[in-house]
Amino acid sequence: MTHSKDIAEQAILAPADLTESHLQRALGELMGQAIDCGELFFQVSSCEGWVLEDGIVKEGSYTREQGVGVRAISGEKTGFAYSDKIAFDALIDSSRSAKAIARHGQQKKVQRWSAQNAPMLYQAENPLTSITDREKISLLEAIDRHARKIDPRVQQVIVSLAGVQDIILVAASDGTLAADIRPLVRMNVTVIVEENGRTEQASHGGGGRTDYHYFLTHEMAQSYAEEAVRQALVNLQAIAAPAGTMPVVLGSGWPGILLHEAIGHGLEGDFNRKGTSAFSNRIGQQVASPLCTVVDDGTLVGRRGSLSIDDEGTPAACTVLIENGILKGYMQDKLNAGLMGVAVTGNGRRESYAHLPMPRMTNTYMRAGRHDPEEIIQSVDKGLYAVSFGGGQVDITSGKFVFSASEAYLIENGKVTRPVKGATLIGNGPDVLTKVSMVGNDLQLDSGVGVCGKDGQSVPVGVGQPTLKIDELTVGGTG
Amino acid sequence: MAVLVKILMKNLIQVSDWDMNGLAKIAEQVLSEAKIQQASSCEVGIALSEGLSVSVRLGEVETLEHYRDQSLAITIYKGKRKGSANSSDLSYDAVRESVRAACSIAEYTDEDVYSGLADAELMAATVPDLDLYHPWSIAAEQAIELATRCESIARDTAGIENSEGATVTRYGGCALYANSNRFMGAYAGSRHSISCSVIAGKGDSMQRDYWYSVARKPEALETAEQIGSKAAQRALRRVGARKIKTGKVPVIFSAEMARSLFGHFISAISGSSLYRKASFLLDKKGSRIFPEYISISEQPHILQALGSAPYDNEGVATRYHQLVENGVLQDYVLDSYAARKLGTVTTGNAGGVHNLVIEPGKQTFDELIRSIKKGLLVTEMMGHGVNIVTGDYSRGVSGFWIENGEVQFPVEEITIAANLKDMLLSITAVANDVDIRGNIRTGSVLVENMMVAGS
Repeated sequence: MTHSKDIAEQAILAPADLTESHLQRALGELMGQAIDCGELFFQVSSCEGWVLEDGIVKEGSYTREQGVGVRAISGEKTGFAYSDKIAFDALIDSSRSAKAIARHGQQKKVQRWSAQNAPMLYQAENPLTSITDREKISLLEAIDRHARKIDPRVQQVIVSLAGVQDIILVAASDGTLAADIRPLVRMNVTVIVEENGRTEQASHGGGGRTDYHYFLTHEMAQSYAEEAVRQALVNLQAIAAPAGTMPVVLGSGWPGILLHEAIGHGLEGDFNRKGTSAFSNRIGQQVASPLCTVVDDGTLVGRRGSLSIDDEGTPAACTVLIENGILKGYMQDKLNAGLMGVAVTGNGRRESYAHLPMPRMTNTYMRAGRHDPEEIIQSVDKGLYAVSFGGGQVDITSGKFVFSASEAYLIENGKVTRPVKGATLIGNGPDVLTKVSMVGNDLQLDSGVGVCGKDGQSVPVGVGQPTLKIDELTVGGTG
Repeated sequence: MAVLVKILMKNLIQVSDWDMNGLAKIAEQVLSEAKIQQASSCEVGIALSEGLSVSVRLGEVETLEHYRDQSLAITIYKGKRKGSANSSDLSYDAVRESVRAACSIAEYTDEDVYSGLADAELMAATVPDLDLYHPWSIAAEQAIELATRCESIARDTAGIENSEGATVTRYGGCALYANSNRFMGAYAGSRHSISCSVIAGKGDSMQRDYWYSVARKPEALETAEQIGSKAAQRALRRVGARKIKTGKVPVIFSAEMARSLFGHFISAISGSSLYRKASFLLDKKGSRIFPEYISISEQPHILQALGSAPYDNEGVATRYHQLVENGVLQDYVLDSYAARKLGTVTTGNAGGVHNLVIEPGKQTFDELIRSIKKGLLVTEMMGHGVNIVTGDYSRGVSGFWIENGEVQFPVEEITIAANLKDMLLSITAVANDVDIRGNIRTGSVLVENMMVAGS
């Protein structure tokens, strides 16, 4: 971590003439009252975006944001203030505002920094400068031409390319002094196709914690265009989706959004500490069929949801949530782990310095089973095969969740037959996985497009799963 | 260096809390810097805001958050090439760096003949004072007291077992927009809220619900007691929810849910959906898309309203705008870019609509319920199953089953589906229980027939 810390201190502290001893002093100011833990979170981020439409690169933008968030924790209470000015006086001001949360009590000591050694899961180089602006433009134009060449029914192509470099530095009174240099790139292709007056739209894309070369190798960018066109053309043929409860086979990869919504959010530490989750007090209980093992893994190299350290300086981990159907653990940040008396899991995340951290997912996926995907489809008489999804949502307390299919087919007599229109699937988190009767041997992670929203904060995440069969799920079609 | 524009100071609606002249100076710096760097035109938005939010849970303070934000957004045109830059740093050097970044991007983007600022003659000549700024001088201790009172009313209600807490937020800010077409305007706005979310039932039968009030003026908020009590009643009435059978029935969308239907309508008549030919309402201007009794207008100048704005994101004067009359689509919702692509003139909707008003009917909400023999009342929706290109609509919902004009029992884990084109045409009633807590003002809506998927 020395390397990241040096870069971060150079990028964040040096321009403001701040040193580690200033941070100690600010933490000392913050700890003046009955504060259990004080934390300074510094961030400098640069991001850019380019958009092609109508065959031309219409827009480009560059954003630079910086600031420091100051948090004071006293029991279950949190005081928070932030400033977009990184300077010693601003640190002291924010510290005074944040510590107003606690009024009485003994002063606690600021611990000495302790070294953290977390492996770097991504490079420290800035992805924005990994290729030239000219090369970015050429890439977008090449993908536009490629998408249009695939099929004459393609009427419109929108290609976007985005890159971020996020430099963070966390200093806390518990001795944490850690930094991370996080790259993130993303590309997306949307196509609109038309045939005999019928119009359909589809998108595909991907990315990860890497640089733009990712899109240039193995014709990755081209494959996004091909996938978007394929899906849009399939949807031109789609008939009305069925309505009612039926067996559903979910494809591998992105349909893992099921896990994110149905169980992931419900296993975040904050909801469970408060007893507001449908999964509260259920550790050790059977919440899925014995075929299901689900993990949240922030340690995968280069993945969109991965983190060398979380936003509280805790090294990311692979946390087993469900093992052979039994609920094993929750995802935690420092506050909730401390209050629940359990270990942190490296899931403390925040959208930016201007937001409070909370337990969030990283990459959430189900481990592979032993069934051949073909065999899974053959086992269904009449049902739905859903392979691509838009978004999802969950009501943590009742456990009800939805996710919306954007590419799905009927299964009739063990065979995938006609494509159906997009439809929302709805189920109950605590029991949907108990209805998983077959798990495929084809585990895949998504291509790197997930954004998770919670309490108004967005963070990048990943999901994944093998093909799996749910014996009963409600499908919200019109027919 | 000479200033690029002649500043029209009368367009700054001054309030003592914000240094508008300071913002005007930054805007002038941007415009003159852009000129130095050979931009042919330029626009700039600067926003400052400040606020406080306290949350109380189980009678104890949970979080006390202080907000203070500033942002700068610059768009540069070099001929017909466009580049943008944003920054949270408003210092002299950062402003210059941002202009440079935007100019550098404009070296690489392609020429787009439709790009550019809105025409100079469309700029708002004056900026009406819409009475949008009412700071709330509530201190943290008082806000905590208010949130505590709100939550305790909810928690003291029999059957309420747990709480996600009550939150009191005050927020105020000011925004300035200027461009090289000699426009500069600025005004301040405020937004305050009280909300409460509680849980009824235990274990497998837990149900959460919430209520909130939001307004520009603190006096316009519902009382903490009203909000706590409504949150509790709403959570309690959901306990014991079950699935219902799959089938076609009439569906009532409660006022706060109905808002989204008109949001989809606006997406479908918005410029970018139209020029991409990606809308289920393509080429429908002049056609009947709602039942005859429906009228919808945009009313941007309602005093103190949450969606009000004197000018749009391009400085174009906002105006009363009839979108639907007697069920017939009268106009689209366009910014200057989309308008040029479509060969017409902007409707002053850069950034969206401002106070969309659906003319309410005479029926009360209760009368609407009484008119239903068998049907569904939707009070919460989940997911994103809306396709603006095709109009296909499929969402997860919970709510209540109605039979013989009366609410029977709560329902959950079901979906409703139809095509939006048919849904809009089969809105058989809009009740008079208008919800004004947002940018879209509508009462509850009855849609004649939708597919409900359940057991």
